[in-house]
Amino acid sequence: MSTAEARPDPNPLAEGLERLPVHATALVIFGATGDLARRKLLPALYNLAHEGALPERFGLVGNARGDLSDADFRDQAIAAVREFSRREPDEQVLAKLFEHARYVPGSFDEGGVYERLGEVLSELDEVAGRPLSRCFYLSTAPGFFPVIVETLGDHGLQDREGGEVRVVIEKPFGTTLAEARELNERVLAVFDEQQVFRIDHYLGKETVQNVLAFRFANGMFEPLWNRNYIDHVQITAAEDIGIGSRAGYYDSSGALRDLVQNHMLQLLTLLCMEPPIAFSADAVRDEKVKVLRAIRAPAEEQVAEMSVRAQYAAGTVAGQDVPGYLAEEGVPGDSTTETYAALRLEVDNWRWAGVPMYLRTGKRLARKVTEIAVTLKPVPHLAFDREGSVGVRPNQLILTMQPNEGVSLTLGAKIPGTRMRIRPVNMEFLYGTAFLSQSPEAYERLIMDAMRGDATLFTRNDEVEAQWRICDPIESAWATARGQLPLYAAGSQGPAEAEELLAGDATWRAI
Amino acid sequence: MGTVSVTDSVWSAQDTSPGAIEAALRKLVAERHAENEGYVPARALNLVCIVDREYSGEIANRLHGVGRFHASRTVVCSVEPGRSTIDARATVASECDPRPGQFAVLRETVVVSIGERHLDDLDSIVDPLVVTDLATVVWSPHGHSEAVNALTKASGAKAGKNMPGVGAALAQVVLLDSADEPDHAVALDRSCALAERAYVVDLAWLRSTPWRERVASAFDPADRRAELHTLSKVSVRHRADSAVSGLLLLGWLCARLGWRPEALMHHGDLLRGHARGRRGEVELRLEPVGDMSVPGLAGIELTSDRGTVLGLERGEGGLTVRRREVHGTEQTWTVLGASRGEPGILGEGIRQALLRDPTFRPALTAGRELLG
Repeated sequence: MSTAEARPDPNPLAEGLERLPVHATALVIFGATGDLARRKLLPALYNLAHEGALPERFGLVGNARGDLSDADFRDQAIAAVREFSRREPDEQVLAKLFEHARYVPGSFDEGGVYERLGEVLSELDEVAGRPLSRCFYLSTAPGFFPVIVETLGDHGLQDREGGEVRVVIEKPFGTTLAEARELNERVLAVFDEQQVFRIDHYLGKETVQNVLAFRFANGMFEPLWNRNYIDHVQITAAEDIGIGSRAGYYDSSGALRDLVQNHMLQLLTLLCMEPPIAFSADAVRDEKVKVLRAIRAPAEEQVAEMSVRAQYAAGTVAGQDVPGYLAEEGVPGDSTTETYAALRLEVDNWRWAGVPMYLRTGKRLARKVTEIAVTLKPVPHLAFDREGSVGVRPNQLILTMQPNEGVSLTLGAKIPGTRMRIRPVNMEFLYGTAFLSQSPEAYERLIMDAMRGDATLFTRNDEVEAQWRICDPIESAWATARGQLPLYAAGSQGPAEAEELLAGDATWRAI
Repeated sequence: MGTVSVTDSVWSAQDTSPGAIEAALRKLVAERHAENEGYVPARALNLVCIVDREYSGEIANRLHGVGRFHASRTVVCSVEPGRSTIDARATVASECDPRPGQFAVLRETVVVSIGERHLDDLDSIVDPLVVTDLATVVWSPHGHSEAVNALTKASGAKAGKNMPGVGAALAQVVLLDSADEPDHAVALDRSCALAERAYVVDLAWLRSTPWRERVASAFDPADRRAELHTLSKVSVRHRADSAVSGLLLLGWLCARLGWRPEALMHHGDLLRGHARGRRGEVELRLEPVGDMSVPGLAGIELTSDRGTVLGLERGEGGLTVRRREVHGTEQTWTVLGASRGEPGILGEGIRQALLRDPTFRPALTAGRELLG
């Protein structure tokens, strides 16, 4: 059969609709009573249901170790939506959403669980009168990813006649390059890459997708978007909070694995990628991978000069005294886990060669902000009065992801008066003032995309490995480094050592 | 978390001018920003409402109900018979105080009291009051078509005037509710005429959105899609005052599926007729129901010549779907979705003014043809 014969005519009724039809789907959540499911996944499902965006036929199956009945699970799911939904739930929709939800108790490595799961999924098909597509969402500790995937395969649940089967895998996808490769091998031994949806929920945020819109829907920036005009780039993901109750996870992860390896490198790829030929999953991801491959992974002896790590000490945040990292509950007293990481990377390609890309992230910094700051090269000659001018500096274009999503441009402007003196001013655009719509939660978008089979906002296997290829040598060098970790006071701008990363006249933007 | 409060700055004047009102608005916004730079003006959309003074309270309540879909600047032209001067009251409000390091959006509302004599040249009053370069929507729920014309016709092109220079129309979008007009043909003719020069957002069309989405979804699987060409009958039920929503839904099916609509005939309250599809006639029925509490559609049923039936009905927590297969088996289930209610429909109408639905005009044209 030719490709043209295999493809049905487009649905003539779908044109113009904001919500495109999604194939009837059964969603299976592994770890359905866990924190992520309660806080994000179940509320996201509710909000999709509220807006009429779920598939026409939709089945939900939860799995976790707890010995719950279907009714118990429904009660827990309803309670989770009431607690964490971004909108007040409509009681009728809420009741209907979970009315037929099923629960399969048992451990992730128990064959019987998958047999039961297969039976439940067949029952859902029977009720629907047609084969439902299946979407397995792995909302579990990462150690269970391979065993779940392999056991799904062992029980023949990796594909089916008349419907699609997809697997959604939460982050972290490995904690080293070797682990990521092994996980990819094990996952791809069961599923095709087209079936695998690796979540980096950052990509589901409207604010992050706006980077693409900003770059590729506005012709005015493209001529400047290269090494000839851009001096350096700073990507900052700062948090004012500490680790909260996540000591167990965070102490084994650290800032580099928690944020840099995934979210921040994703931001860097969106900023640096070439225009894709289409906004399709592979076209976009091909371009992102090219950027990652163009970043030189440091040799072990180079790590000290291109990276800084540090830990927060006691300090003051929002007027409150807060403890240092080592005094946080659950953190070992001799922990060398970094709560701050800063890197200097270079993208060695025609467009970006020689432009330093600075990435920094940290806990307990002065405030919460995520932004990309692009600093242009200074004018070759400033003819105006230097004396009396205030803070004349090169133009900066700032893309803010949070808290105030927007774009601002710093410009030099004349100070009113008889002399020609200059000071920087801001030209500022805030997304929140220009749109009437409320942005959906990242998980709402990503769950829909996974059910629809659109992988554009998910990470591909080669992309994950390329990210680890950059971070692995840094992790290794840090693991073997001796001496005390630099400290920074909670509520501060970060460690003084970070200044040494910067080349030339560059300075870190104030957090 | 910052204290949630409604804080207003107000200015008012009698026998004033558009220039003075605009200056006052600018001053109010600047004062709020100076008071706290976290206050920033919304800049998404201008909404011009033309209302009869005696019903302006009701319209204010309806606008209040749209929540986050509130236009950034709302200009309410309150028409008072016999009035010859212009009074105005401008309000700059924020629903919350800005938290440190964050911002709070300011929305501006101007209520301009005008007379009927001002309506023909309403653009000259409204022009200084809208934010330049933002889309401007006009909503005139109490008629006043001359004012809508004034705002949607290119300047210099108004009836009976030969002014030099033709510029872009002040309003690019007309928000209306065809259900307000008892004569369906008049309602659709008006929409067709307005659609020639502006983008029309019809609340009657938006009331059919969940139905259109679900019909599209039901026929989306490849094996179901083939059934679209075998449809032989479509029956739409609606609240008595919402026939236009049904006509637009039928018009949408005609336009999307390439059916040629023919005039429906009255059989008592029922409208019945045919459209010509590629494979023969498709029977169309439009039937009012008496027991609906909200405007809009009550149900739709699509029957194929193979005997399959897809029925959608209003139900608890969404639409109840009934499907009968060729061999006679029948299934019923619910497609989930919360009712938006009338405030939600109006809010959606304002939001749609920033979007473009390419399927509305063909549906409107086909819907009008169904009325002969």
